[in-house]
Amino acid sequence: MTQIPDQNGRFGKFGGRYVPETLMNALLELEEAYQHYSKDPEFQDEVRYLLHKYSGRPTSLYYAERLSKHLGGAKIYLKREDLNHTGAHKINNTIGQGVLAKRMGKSKIIAETGAGQHGVASATIAALLGLECKVFMGEEDMKRQQLNVFRMQLLGSEVVPVLSGTRTLKDACNETLRYWVSHVDDTYYILGSVTGPHPYPMMVRDFQRIIGDEARQQILTEEGRLPDYVVAAVGGGSNAMGIFYPFVGDESVRLLGVEAAGRGVDTLEHAATMTKGRHGVFQGSMSYVLQDEHGQVQPAHSISAGLDYPGIGPEHAYLKDSGRAEYVPVTDAEALEALQLLSRTEGIIPALESAHAIAQTIKLAPTLDKDKVVVVSLSGRGDKDVEAIMSYLGGDKHESH
Amino acid sequence: MNLIDTAFASIKAEGRTALIPFLTMGDPDLKTSVEIIKTLEQSGADMIELGVPYSDPLADGPVIQRASERALLNSITLKDCIHVAEQAREAGVKIPFILFTYFNPVFQYGLEAFFQLVQSKGISGLIIPDLPIEEDEEVRQLAEAANVHLIPLVAPTSKDRVVRISSKAKGFVYCVSSLGVTGVRTDFHTGIDEFLATVREATELPIAIGFGISSREQVERFEKQCDGVVVGSAIVRTIENAIPLLQDESTREAGLKQIGDFVSQLKG
Repeated sequence: MTQIPDQNGRFGKFGGRYVPETLMNALLELEEAYQHYSKDPEFQDEVRYLLHKYSGRPTSLYYAERLSKHLGGAKIYLKREDLNHTGAHKINNTIGQGVLAKRMGKSKIIAETGAGQHGVASATIAALLGLECKVFMGEEDMKRQQLNVFRMQLLGSEVVPVLSGTRTLKDACNETLRYWVSHVDDTYYILGSVTGPHPYPMMVRDFQRIIGDEARQQILTEEGRLPDYVVAAVGGGSNAMGIFYPFVGDESVRLLGVEAAGRGVDTLEHAATMTKGRHGVFQGSMSYVLQDEHGQVQPAHSISAGLDYPGIGPEHAYLKDSGRAEYVPVTDAEALEALQLLSRTEGIIPALESAHAIAQTIKLAPTLDKDKVVVVSLSGRGDKDVEAIMSYLGGDKHESH
Repeated sequence: MNLIDTAFASIKAEGRTALIPFLTMGDPDLKTSVEIIKTLEQSGADMIELGVPYSDPLADGPVIQRASERALLNSITLKDCIHVAEQAREAGVKIPFILFTYFNPVFQYGLEAFFQLVQSKGISGLIIPDLPIEEDEEVRQLAEAANVHLIPLVAPTSKDRVVRISSKAKGFVYCVSSLGVTGVRTDFHTGIDEFLATVREATELPIAIGFGISSREQVERFEKQCDGVVVGSAIVRTIENAIPLLQDESTREAGLKQIGDFVSQLKG
């Protein structure tokens, strides 16, 4: 494949930099710094060191034998991103960007968060590197994720409630960008997904590709061949992009992104951006967007706060439209079922986000022969969701997402 | 000839600075927007920025965000906003209209269809705050063909981009007074005077300043350096405060008068 993105941050027609002029200089400065440091061996060494010693990488590629046998089809391998420090893949990116922020001489970082995972990962790296940190979080999400709010505060970060718009992730992103405009001099914005204006989609992908680089090597060691499928959940799409990217050139490997269908793609309550969205410009880039016919962005819904987002990274849009990857929806109910099945067969409670990838695997594996291999990104652990799951399964729905 | 050019030419000949108020279309409703536009003209506005409400207004502070939210509760569309311009023209408003819209509503309408729509409706200028020069090629060509001026923003952080942006500008160059979003503020970027001088040097076009200008004193501060002053959030907040009056037939005139008085006061 040709080098993407191009110098304007374009993945085909997607991506770009649709931001106010007040941010352009900061983005150009960031791009320049990233280009410089991504080729700097010392920078790379520091990032690698922290990923290894601090976060515990490489994460294992685990053969889920009982789940595979239970489903009676393909062999299922789980890429255990849940074993990272802070419990999800998000730290891969915050380590990279945190070290970059420090190299750029910024003393303060800001981040947006939905469920709080990226916020916690940002607060963690801020504590580690001695940076001041503010995390913007929708007021609604703060109520739903009190534990993560406290976790960030414990790590020394300030959690800023966002009262505008939907008071969830979408508006937390807007508010972080607005804050950044006024504080670009000393503040670095750690964006948490492969979304937003260039260079974020490229940079976050590069920091997350370690998931796929490791998985590719590990499956070759385990099986002596490439997998038939790679499956990952997509909200903004960072864990999916991270695991897909090193396999993009391997044409035999089918890439399957799983998005949140919420209460169903035929209801108004879903986050199925690829299935129900259209091309559009949202939060700095051209991609697929959930929107009404007039181009107003629509609120999303998912049981998983991490997938509850009306946009998706531009490189995913590119992979979809070029036919290289497929994207399928999975409902709240299917994800909950999958979460329970994985817990009971393997002793692993996945995050609700990752449970979507498991749910698709449950549909897929039985249709495949026993010699086929499926690699699934288990992007995070379910501890953060236990309370929400408890109220769902207990029938008390009012506190859940 | 574009109305914006003729307006700036005559304002300059009179030795004045253009006052350019902003309002969000459909806040509180479309009919009232037409009447506010009439009031703004009568109170001394030289041009008007017509804001299209958007769900995710990245460049705007809380005041204009709230106005957008109120307008969107009435399901105001891009087409409705252009219709307001048309109605205001029919009601006799003569001053130039500049449409201020985020890119996605225009993109969804279809770029060519959009320019066909605005061309005959009395829109002379277009500001798309989330379309920097790197992304605006297609829009700029279509705008030029439709004789609609695509007015760019330059910021104190634009540095060497100022020359590139100004060289492609039409109508005027919109200078952002401070880092941050729209909204009332008491101080401006510390290098503001040097910044304005840089822009002045980079272009033959008129230059206007906006973001955070809310009082007569602030208008006056920039009158000598700029050809136009944009007042946004302060007008929108005045409208917001007048909504209870505007929504009652018996007090409607009083509500419009509050808005008009504020503009007259800015005008000095």
